[in-house]
Amino acid sequence: MKYALLNYSKGGAAGERGARDMHPGIAAVLDRPNVSGWVRLQPAESATTVTLKARTTLLTDGPFVDSKEFLGGFIMIEADNLDEALAVAAELQELDATAAIEVRPVFEQELGGA
Amino acid sequence: MLEDVFRDQWGRVLATLVGILGDIEFAEDAAQEAFALASERWPRDGEPANPTAWLITTARNRAVDRIRRDRTLARKTEQLGRELRDLPEDTMDDTATLPDERLELIFTCCHPALALEAQVALTLRTLGGLSTDDVAAAFLVPFETMSKRLARAKRKIRQAGIPFAVPPEHVLPERLDAVLAVIYLVFNQGWGAGRVDLATEAIRLGQVLATLMPDESEVLALLALMLLNDSRRDARMRDDQFVLLDDQDRSLWNEQQIADGRSLLERATVLRGSGPYVLQAAIADLHIRQPRDWEQIALLYGELGHLTGSPVVELNRAIAVGEIAGPGAALELLDALALDDYRYFHSTRAALLRRLGRDDEARLAYERALELTAAGPEHRFLAMRLAELLPPAGRD
Repeated sequence: MKYALLNYSKGGAAGERGARDMHPGIAAVLDRPNVSGWVRLQPAESATTVTLKARTTLLTDGPFVDSKEFLGGFIMIEADNLDEALAVAAELQELDATAAIEVRPVFEQELGGA
Repeated sequence: MLEDVFRDQWGRVLATLVGILGDIEFAEDAAQEAFALASERWPRDGEPANPTAWLITTARNRAVDRIRRDRTLARKTEQLGRELRDLPEDTMDDTATLPDERLELIFTCCHPALALEAQVALTLRTLGGLSTDDVAAAFLVPFETMSKRLARAKRKIRQAGIPFAVPPEHVLPERLDAVLAVIYLVFNQGWGAGRVDLATEAIRLGQVLATLMPDESEVLALLALMLLNDSRRDARMRDDQFVLLDDQDRSLWNEQQIADGRSLLERATVLRGSGPYVLQAAIADLHIRQPRDWEQIALLYGELGHLTGSPVVELNRAIAVGEIAGPGAALELLDALALDDYRYFHSTRAALLRRLGRDDEARLAYERALELTAAGPEHRFLAMRLAELLPPAGRD
């Protein structure tokens, strides 16, 4: 099965660090064949949200969900079951105690585009 | 009578089917059909030589039929369909080829990725064999609520890929803790008012688990603890009033449960168990011996408190200390605890204050305990105690 490991953290610094500053433990996880690269998102304040209000497209400065924690990025992994996915998440979480990682199963079939 | 057979067989049959079919809901449907067929045929043709094998084989064949009939399902389970057709048809009387996968099922149902209330409901439904109706009644929620809760839990298992497996060694202790917590929670839901006797259900589940994991001291100890506590069930109430342990009619205690509980505790100790359930079972055992060895009880509560860090355990230790060193010493320990929202904290304080002759303070403590207690036998017991105190001097 495919799982997305969504990485939530406080503050904005983590995402701005370059590949060179990456924790070697994280790099080791990313090197595994069942793990995709880490899609890192810029800080939440850089986000613009598009919604529809009264049939007009409305742009709002900031992320859709405004909270102290923001979605910093995600990693896709291939695992046999939830326990295996959780084990990878726990490994990554231990490297950054302040982060929380949401593990979300992904539909096998991607729609269009790709 | 047939119903009893079904209750005993349900978990065993369902677990094997989940192993074969790979999906709880699908397995449940198939099992249901097989049980329905059995209730029609067995009274007429007699019970088969091996009821378990009959039920599993019949359910499996029904599932194969359904896959053949249902094209969408067939596509989804193409691989499965092929495997099923390849299975020999003559497993009817041979249980040896039918693995007992109840342990896998327990660990799936008590997976920490499920909400606790869902774990509890699912365990009672799948392993306990209770109907959705009964599970709903036991937890005093409407049928629709429970039905949705169960459906959602099964969906999460399927979508998130919660494994149908006994966890590997390195996570086994914590996963087993979760299983034990679910069973103990069911037990403590109480000597239920509903149709379903949850304490008995919990003991049943504990017995299944003890059969499947006979070398886990905590598993044996949990069952011992439940049996020792349940043994006093009939003596605990008299004329709708709570009866304290020392005032209970011992001839009403269930000797068989006590004996079984003690021998399980002994096996757990032989296995060098010293976990929280071993300690609690040992304490429960000491409480029903006469005279009560308060020194030993206080010591074990001390160890348990050390393991769990729970202020409630410390409260119990204080009571034991009170029996050894007097109510003053107990009160001192008690007043260091932050348990203002806990009714037993206040009722215990009240009893100690009363023994110290500090009636005014005792009265306030009883009143606070009553505030925190729902109407019922416990409430009546406390009210009676409060009434026994001398009327307040100069208070309006």
